[in-house]
Amino acid sequence: MVLWLVAAVLVLLASGVAAVSLSTRPVVAAAVGAWGAVVGCLLGLPAVVAGLAGHASAVTLPWSMPLGSLSIAIDPLSAVFAAPVLVVGALAAIYGQCATHTGGIRHNPGWPWLGYDALLAAMIVVTIARNGVLFLLGWEVMSLASFFLVMNDHDKDHVRRAAWTYLIAMHLGTAFLFAMFARLGAGAGSLDFAVLGRFAATSPEATLVFLLALVGFGTKAGFVPVHVWAPDADTVAPSHVAAVMSGVMTKMGIYGLLRVFLLLGDAAAWWGWALVVVGAASGVVGVTFALAQQDLKRLLAYSSVENLGIVAMGLGVGVLGVAQGNPAVAALGFAGALLHVLNHSLFKSLLFLGAGAIVHVTATKRIDALGGVLKRMPTTGAAMIVGALAISALPPLNGFVGELLIYLGAFQGVAGTNDLAAAWPMRSLLVLAALALISGLAAATFTKVVGIALLGEPRTKAAAHAHETPRGMRAPMVVLATLCVLLGLGAPLALEAVRQAVLSLTPGAMVADVSARLVEARGQLVWVTVGGGMFLSLLGGLMLLRRWLLKGREVTQSGTWDCGYIAPTERMQYSGASFAEPLLRLFSSLLRPTAQLVLPNGLFPTYAKRHNDANEPFVDHGYRPIFQAFAWVAAHLRWVQRGHIQMYVLYIAATLIVLLVWKLG
Amino acid sequence: MQAWLDTLVVLLILTNLRLVGSSRLFACVRTVAVQGLLLGLLPVLVQWNTLTWRPALLAAGSTFLKAGVFPWLLRRAVRDVGLRREVDPVVGYSTSLLITMGLLGVTLYLGQRLPPAGLFESQLMTPVAIFTILVGLFLIVARRTAVMQVLGYLAMENGIYAFGMALAVEEPVLVELGILLDVFMGVFVMGIAIFNISREFDHIDTDRLSVLKD
Repeated sequence: MVLWLVAAVLVLLASGVAAVSLSTRPVVAAAVGAWGAVVGCLLGLPAVVAGLAGHASAVTLPWSMPLGSLSIAIDPLSAVFAAPVLVVGALAAIYGQCATHTGGIRHNPGWPWLGYDALLAAMIVVTIARNGVLFLLGWEVMSLASFFLVMNDHDKDHVRRAAWTYLIAMHLGTAFLFAMFARLGAGAGSLDFAVLGRFAATSPEATLVFLLALVGFGTKAGFVPVHVWAPDADTVAPSHVAAVMSGVMTKMGIYGLLRVFLLLGDAAAWWGWALVVVGAASGVVGVTFALAQQDLKRLLAYSSVENLGIVAMGLGVGVLGVAQGNPAVAALGFAGALLHVLNHSLFKSLLFLGAGAIVHVTATKRIDALGGVLKRMPTTGAAMIVGALAISALPPLNGFVGELLIYLGAFQGVAGTNDLAAAWPMRSLLVLAALALISGLAAATFTKVVGIALLGEPRTKAAAHAHETPRGMRAPMVVLATLCVLLGLGAPLALEAVRQAVLSLTPGAMVADVSARLVEARGQLVWVTVGGGMFLSLLGGLMLLRRWLLKGREVTQSGTWDCGYIAPTERMQYSGASFAEPLLRLFSSLLRPTAQLVLPNGLFPTYAKRHNDANEPFVDHGYRPIFQAFAWVAAHLRWVQRGHIQMYVLYIAATLIVLLVWKLG
Repeated sequence: MQAWLDTLVVLLILTNLRLVGSSRLFACVRTVAVQGLLLGLLPVLVQWNTLTWRPALLAAGSTFLKAGVFPWLLRRAVRDVGLRREVDPVVGYSTSLLITMGLLGVTLYLGQRLPPAGLFESQLMTPVAIFTILVGLFLIVARRTAVMQVLGYLAMENGIYAFGMALAVEEPVLVELGILLDVFMGVFVMGIAIFNISREFDHIDTDRLSVLKD
């Protein structure tokens, strides 16, 4: 079965190369690149479906690479992470072809499509690789391809800056992964996953590997504080790319972590706590910053940091369950995390595509410059509302399901009569408190998006002239929104899809218990379906009732009641900044906001101004000083670089002699 | 054979010292040629009883290149440039000699600690091979003219050859041939480049060619 995915990779790469070689005919090139991606993704689907159903399949081919064998395999865990690549990859490709097609083509569109197809292919390789060298190869291609995609509008200064930040972050993260695989493979003589690191969970090697993996994979996943690349990169990347990067690519970090857990065998309990703490920090920081953003795409990027934090918390709960021998906690934690991985990839890419459509027609990303978009772009707006509801974890949409399971897992940790509850009641409460806080703030964040950008009156001319996008851009959003609803209503089936993956994450002794607990959880999720169905039928009934009541009556539209004020303008609407301000004030020590305030002056004031800026304290106070220090050191080491060949050879000779003397002396 | 080998090793040291101590370019080219010839004799001396055709031919080929073709190319380059002496080296000649003696001491000291090479009866062979490599590097560092740097490069190559011979015979010859090909190309290109550089800039001082750094 896994060969289907190999075929998908080959088709993706071939169509990317074909797109580049068709540079003389840009429209054809874009079509080849995009539809090649769709065909490639469809080709991979049978393997993924089989993998989700629990049919593992593996192939090993010879490969002339040191420590490398071309070992590939699909198992349930790989399938869970490959599925979003294929689904979102194909839909975003259709959208992207349409968006770039109508947006005017400046350069050869073949190159971005090569990058896009290579990105999808690399992600597939990462999920099916069973050898460290192959894995890292896929990982690097993934980083580089997405770097070039972020660099798409390279004539703008801030785009170049964002892309370089991204590249540096990715390479620093990958450096940790190299160290990690080196540690794992020490003494094994090969980097095949089959023979890699079997350390005891408490050994220093295992601890080191875990920490390296947490930093290396965490950089890709965007955990706080190594998330700083995400807001910049996702904001400047083309929307369909941002959808794939934010919705799918970040999940590869989660996949890597899980794969390393499987390689290590047993997990220590404190790893679970580390994940919970990192996840809680990412969630709270991510959602707070998301709420503070004025830029629609930046807001979504920060929201991804938050959601990956939720996934990490779920994993942490699962790892704790395994470490403490509590099958209920393990089952719920892992299942919640994996479901949230699937769900987030759907609604985040939906939201990015929707935001991209709005940016496409209004040419602004500022939430406060929009308004009334729902009336002008009904399909896009409705799809975005579905996405916003889902990401706010409101039933009956899919975002609710994953978080519900994590909640239940954490409740088990608090309320159960097991060791876990006895030993760590307060820390389990940490998960619950963080999740509750995150969910609330996420709801506020997306209320801001929907309320300010989609509802109300247009605040600028650009927003007033918004119009619906072509069908090729709308259709993928409708599909994604439908999937969000279906995965929410079909929650028991969704749980069934990740069941095998959850079982593969649990150690052999617990599989039976975990499996039983998953069946139980499926029973609980049926209530989500029932409740959701009831809610939807109620909603439908009310709409029918409304239509019936209004039948035969005249419906008129007029301005909102304005308290008798004579000249209201659309600028008097609530702004996004003013909506978020009261909540953000609570977090001002974290956000370090700067505000300009010009107070009205005199009896007949003519001018007043209030301006809020969302800052990047992690960059300003964390990374910038460090990198400035590096730059300072580098500038002071420039004398080494003389330009005389004699000096360079002297360096080499001196090194050689020192090494010889050191080794032999 | 022991006596002959030791003689050869001593001659190798002497050629190195002359290479470092002389400012005359023609003399240096000749010295490198002599060095190549001495090294060409090496496999014959080592395997006097068991010499087969293949290594003999390979050795003959490399000797022909090092003692014949390279010196010829370099003499032509020197003649065309019209430069006879290296007037202003980075490190003066007396100092160079002192440093080289120091290097010889270091390599002899290191040679005692190296695991003994199986094939050789002479204890000195390995350290002197390393010494030759270091002398080549030293020449590249301490001389300004491109010709002297090419000579340093060749001396280094000679050292690698000697080192390979010291460890085993048959396989290193193949590796050596690969290196020799590189060196051949290098010398060839540099011979042409030196001529063109001097025509363009009126000198062949490499340290004045640093505008292109960064």
